[in-house]
Amino acid sequence: MFSIMKRYSTVGTPSRRQLLAAGGGILAAGALAACGGNTGRSSGGGGTGGTGGGSGTISQWYHQYGEAGTEQAVKRYAAAYKKATVQVQWIPGNYDQKSAAALLTASGPDVFEYGNGPTIDMITGKQVVDLTELYGAAKSDFTASLLDRMTWKGKIYGIPQVVDMQLFVYRKSMLQKAGVQPPETLDDLITAAAKLTTGKVKGLFLGNDGGAGILAGPVLWSSGHDYLTSDNQPDFANADVASALGKFHDLFTSGHLLLGAPTDWSDPGAITSGLTAIQWTGLWNFPMLQDKLGDDFGVLPFPAIGGSGKPSVPVGAYASCVSAKAKDVDAAKAFVKWLWVDQTADQLDFAQSYGFHVPSRASLIAKATKLKSGEAKTAAGYLKTYGHPQTPLLWSPKSATTMTDAVDKIVRSGANPTSSLAGVAKTVQAELKRIGG
Amino acid sequence: MAEPTVTGAVSSAAAASGARPASPRRKWTDSPHLWFWVFVGPFVAGLLVFIVIPILWSVWLSFYDARNTVTPTHFVGLQNYSRMLGDSAFRSSLVTFVLFAVFIVPTTFVLSLGLAVLVNGVTRGKAFFRSVFFLPTACSYVVAAMIWRHSLFGGTAAGMVNTVLGWLGAAPIAWLSVVHPPWYWLVLVTVRLWLQVGFFMVLFLAALQRVPQQLYEAAALDGATGWKAFRYITFPQLRATSTAVLMLLLVNAFQAFDEFYNVLSTTGGYPPYARPPLVYLFNIALGNGQDFGDGSAGAVILTLIIAIFALLQGRLTGIGRRDSA
Repeated sequence: MFSIMKRYSTVGTPSRRQLLAAGGGILAAGALAACGGNTGRSSGGGGTGGTGGGSGTISQWYHQYGEAGTEQAVKRYAAAYKKATVQVQWIPGNYDQKSAAALLTASGPDVFEYGNGPTIDMITGKQVVDLTELYGAAKSDFTASLLDRMTWKGKIYGIPQVVDMQLFVYRKSMLQKAGVQPPETLDDLITAAAKLTTGKVKGLFLGNDGGAGILAGPVLWSSGHDYLTSDNQPDFANADVASALGKFHDLFTSGHLLLGAPTDWSDPGAITSGLTAIQWTGLWNFPMLQDKLGDDFGVLPFPAIGGSGKPSVPVGAYASCVSAKAKDVDAAKAFVKWLWVDQTADQLDFAQSYGFHVPSRASLIAKATKLKSGEAKTAAGYLKTYGHPQTPLLWSPKSATTMTDAVDKIVRSGANPTSSLAGVAKTVQAELKRIGG
Repeated sequence: MAEPTVTGAVSSAAAASGARPASPRRKWTDSPHLWFWVFVGPFVAGLLVFIVIPILWSVWLSFYDARNTVTPTHFVGLQNYSRMLGDSAFRSSLVTFVLFAVFIVPTTFVLSLGLAVLVNGVTRGKAFFRSVFFLPTACSYVVAAMIWRHSLFGGTAAGMVNTVLGWLGAAPIAWLSVVHPPWYWLVLVTVRLWLQVGFFMVLFLAALQRVPQQLYEAAALDGATGWKAFRYITFPQLRATSTAVLMLLLVNAFQAFDEFYNVLSTTGGYPPYARPPLVYLFNIALGNGQDFGDGSAGAVILTLIIAIFALLQGRLTGIGRRDSA
């Protein structure tokens, strides 16, 4: 899946023996769950924090943030919580897989973060609990589109911690030298890529897969469509999207795209080391870009496609969730409310002091000094004007895999866009039917 | 412990019990059952907990709607199976995997046998060559995959292979990005050959050294040397080893995961190229999918295919060797 937040997870290395000895990965998880299966939880929903004073320990999971100081910061926030002992688990590598698998057991996290909130199957599978009541009066302060992304049947299942976005970054000096204006449409971008390609420098970098992993959302939004319509029907199997994706296949074979770079799009390495003039990347790389390039970079949204399109940027948020198997669900919820609703100073510190993120609440965005000047200000403006939640809640992992596969085949192997997208629509419809029913 | 002897455990146990049949001093530690279970028990327990129970559990799961749970309650019969068989991505992964096995098994076999014959033939430095070719076996698949991906087959002009191509005046190739032609196979196949050939070479070397020398001498008198000696003496004499090597190679090919995952996975997930079924099922069941029903059904289908292949191979190699012997 192309979660915005995937940036720090290194390629995972599941143990060969675990996975293969039994002839399939599933089997290992069976064993894992077997261990936790009959471990009864101490005191189900009974005592609300009353048992033995401190109501025990809350286990809180984070993925490994790449920026120095983040781990110390979240441990510091947790230590300041008086009503319970909070144990922070810092999980390196495949976080999504590890946390999802851990939710099957009683030894999993009580409180955990998950990209864009829990998946629809976690919600319908009752693995996570409703957090709506925790918002209280602060609800209107949170970015509405993100809350919608985490809402199922009127209940909100996550609290956004910080907001991240993806966007284009370009080298001002290289564009100037080639006499290229920052591109405003897809056709401009393609022309610019050609003009900016000189010798070992390629015009554009969309990732080592030629953009297959990141294009789906931006192409849909920028051409005036979306993954799903407002009444949850596929909105991508049409001529606009097909023709736009076709252009990316032409781009892939043009020789103007950087391919096979040492680092992927989620890392600023390709543009900072001068391999490309324009790169798709994330806002989180701003500190590194400023450090390496100084003032020599600008930002752009994904450009508009066709007559009816508008520029777009994908927006994602890690959200705090509470496991239904938490040792004390109420205590876990109380902690989440304390940290991610009440402790606004910590939230601002988390968004601004380590990595480069946008706070998830309007009142804190107003206080975020780093977003008030330069390219960061421009980027924050894009987020507000052109931001789209990365994927809709009903976009299940299966739909996502099918879509990414199709885009990859269109872009890299030149598969027919129209029939490929029609195939995806069929899978998505089956998934929607399954979830809805 | 019973007095240890060098004459074999059975006779020593019998002697021990015979020598003092009603000794009041016989201790509970003398029981052979105890020691049997002390040594075998942990392995049996491990086998049960990590292999047998998960396999049975997986088969059970394959008949249920098991999303985000491994203790499902909603029985769906063969629905998961029909969905997996109808899934073109899964079918194409099965094809990938069969083609990969069909290619890699004979290639590794021929290369390791050839290498073994060559190393066996050198008169000086045999131990050196043996060690050099065997060493890669000690390298982890993950580490090797990383080296292949980032150093050898780096996509920019700075990659090692591209540097060499540059000397020859060729443009750099983005090995893992381009899919026409599918250069990624070159990366995947070379890393596997590098890792495996040495190990199977050692197996063949051991077998070669057991071929009676007089057979070659007798054949030489009849004029069979070189290729003929190999064809009519060496190869038939290696029958037992060859069968074992083929079996091991087939199992290894079917377990394709490590180097595939580490060479081809990107930030965006695993691409729809050279995706072995284990990787696909891993993503369905243990990835973001958390769909244990479909994943288990796929695993059972895969197991059946492997079983069919193993049986077929047993048949073919068995019959073939008997004819030629």
